[in-house]
Amino acid sequence: MQGVVQKNIGDKIFDLFIYIFMTMVAIATLYPFLNVLAISFNDSVDTVRGGLTIYPREFTLRNYETIFGFEGLITGFRNTVIRTVAGTAMGVAAASMMAYTLSRPDFQGRRWMSVLFALTMYFSGGLIPGFLLMKYLGLIGTFSVYLIPALLSVWNVFVIRSYIDGLPFALQESAKIDGANDWTIFWRIILPLCQPVLATIALFIAVGHWNSWFDTYLFNNRNPENTTLQYELMKVLLSTQTGSNYRDPNAQQAMAAVSPESIKMAITIVVTVPILLVYPFLQKYFVKGMTLGAVKS
Amino acid sequence: MNPLTESTLKAESTHKRNRFWFKAFQQRYLYMMSLPFVIWIFIFSYVPVWGWLTAFQNYKPKDSILDQKWVGFANFIELFQDERFYIVLRNTLAMSTMGLIVGFTVPVLFALLLNEMKGQFFKRSVQTISYLPHFVSWVVVAGLVYKMLSTDGGAVNQLLMWLNIIDQPIQFMAKGDLFWGIVTVSDIWKEMGWNSIIFLAAMAGIDPELYEASTVDGAGRFRKMWHITLPGIRTTFMVLFILSIGHLISIGFEKQFLLGNPLVTDYSEVLDLYALKYGIQMGRYSYGTAIGIFNSVVSILLVFIANGIYKRVAKESVI
Repeated sequence: MQGVVQKNIGDKIFDLFIYIFMTMVAIATLYPFLNVLAISFNDSVDTVRGGLTIYPREFTLRNYETIFGFEGLITGFRNTVIRTVAGTAMGVAAASMMAYTLSRPDFQGRRWMSVLFALTMYFSGGLIPGFLLMKYLGLIGTFSVYLIPALLSVWNVFVIRSYIDGLPFALQESAKIDGANDWTIFWRIILPLCQPVLATIALFIAVGHWNSWFDTYLFNNRNPENTTLQYELMKVLLSTQTGSNYRDPNAQQAMAAVSPESIKMAITIVVTVPILLVYPFLQKYFVKGMTLGAVKS
Repeated sequence: MNPLTESTLKAESTHKRNRFWFKAFQQRYLYMMSLPFVIWIFIFSYVPVWGWLTAFQNYKPKDSILDQKWVGFANFIELFQDERFYIVLRNTLAMSTMGLIVGFTVPVLFALLLNEMKGQFFKRSVQTISYLPHFVSWVVVAGLVYKMLSTDGGAVNQLLMWLNIIDQPIQFMAKGDLFWGIVTVSDIWKEMGWNSIIFLAAMAGIDPELYEASTVDGAGRFRKMWHITLPGIRTTFMVLFILSIGHLISIGFEKQFLLGNPLVTDYSEVLDLYALKYGIQMGRYSYGTAIGIFNSVVSILLVFIANGIYKRVAKESVI
């Protein structure tokens, strides 16, 4: 009897420990974001005094008004939205079509195409040959460099394919008897059934496009009309870090009026918020998608 | 040969060929849906490997790849003689090993604790919050890290001073010997929740009867965690671990690029950044490609070694 009571006390202490630990994890995750949010809404002169935590001391929208006057940022925002929407649509379409053909046991090309795709997971040409390829293809300095080289992810193809493999094949067969061609089967039967996995894949692709900055840095650093949001943020970040000047003349002027710190924080929020609005609603999908991909590998 | 059989054979083979084309025609939609991507993957994944030839040349961009001056292994010899290469290799291996160890233990512990939680609402909230940083770019995370570690009012310094652990703010980002730790901690902050998903899923798949049976046998909570939950995720863990070993050397460079600064380059420069600096910024494409080849060869070797060890230990293969 005594043993049982002791065990319960031990259990309770452990439960308490878990709760405290998890609360600390939640705080450690959220605090940096809330801190940045507070600074972005705080008067920039007041911010310099320091000591801001998670709420603004002197509320102002001036930081946001300033950054929405930056030409580079507006262009970057437009480009990022375009590449995210177009890139996700193209990526999902491409991966699902490829996955469907690879899932068809009677398809002639299935064998060698699978091998061709699977092999690429084990090697990559590397940074420099990739760069030279873009040069040969004339993609450097264009907007297409965001969309074409990133069109397909082999990983996504295999995740969707394993999902299709899990669907009853009889559905396709009966459609075939009813006279449906392969495209109709894909469009009318496979795609609607694949919705959960496609939602996951779409989220991954969209986040990838939204967060991408290195391709802008490598291929479009001399083309301000092709800039992206993350790249603009990176420039501000590095310029305040090393003390060199952010190149947008418009921005330099504004930074003299509002401190670079506040600008940086406001841009960070603009870059982050769209993602925060989307991902919690897709959580049930991506948790499933993650496990599906891993089980298959 | 009997002329009769010859003609039969011929007829049969044309028949076979016809059947192939007939079937190909029947499957024309499937070909239309796949061939464009086959061409795509050939161009973007296989052609760059052809570009490996540049590593054995003294590559000048104005000529075609076949009209270059061949130099044999000169680029590799130069690479292995460069002192900087060893510093860079050390940084790469140090950060990837730290990332591998911490990146696996912490998410497993996190999943283990989440799995023990009873309050569903709190559990779900913590999970949702913990996934958040995964979706944020490294650019943003680097900005947050700089902010949190800054000397004037950075939360970490303030907390440490408040706890009386230090009495002067530490200049975290200016100290080379702290850089590896900062990268590792930032990485775990970003990916802990996300990487725990897969372990939680594996834990959810454990047969509940095992737990019931052990309760009857009088096993306590910790014994169940140790003898049922942890062995239950062993396969998942091993598969992911071996796949990660393959990535030991190609850890990427985003974190190091964004968190590094001139004060800490001796600790922050990794292989990819080194290739980027020589290959693209200085225009030494051949040398940069040689670094890339070294990278690829080592990762493939690492995967096979890790798989070999695992095979011997567990009598099953991952790849």
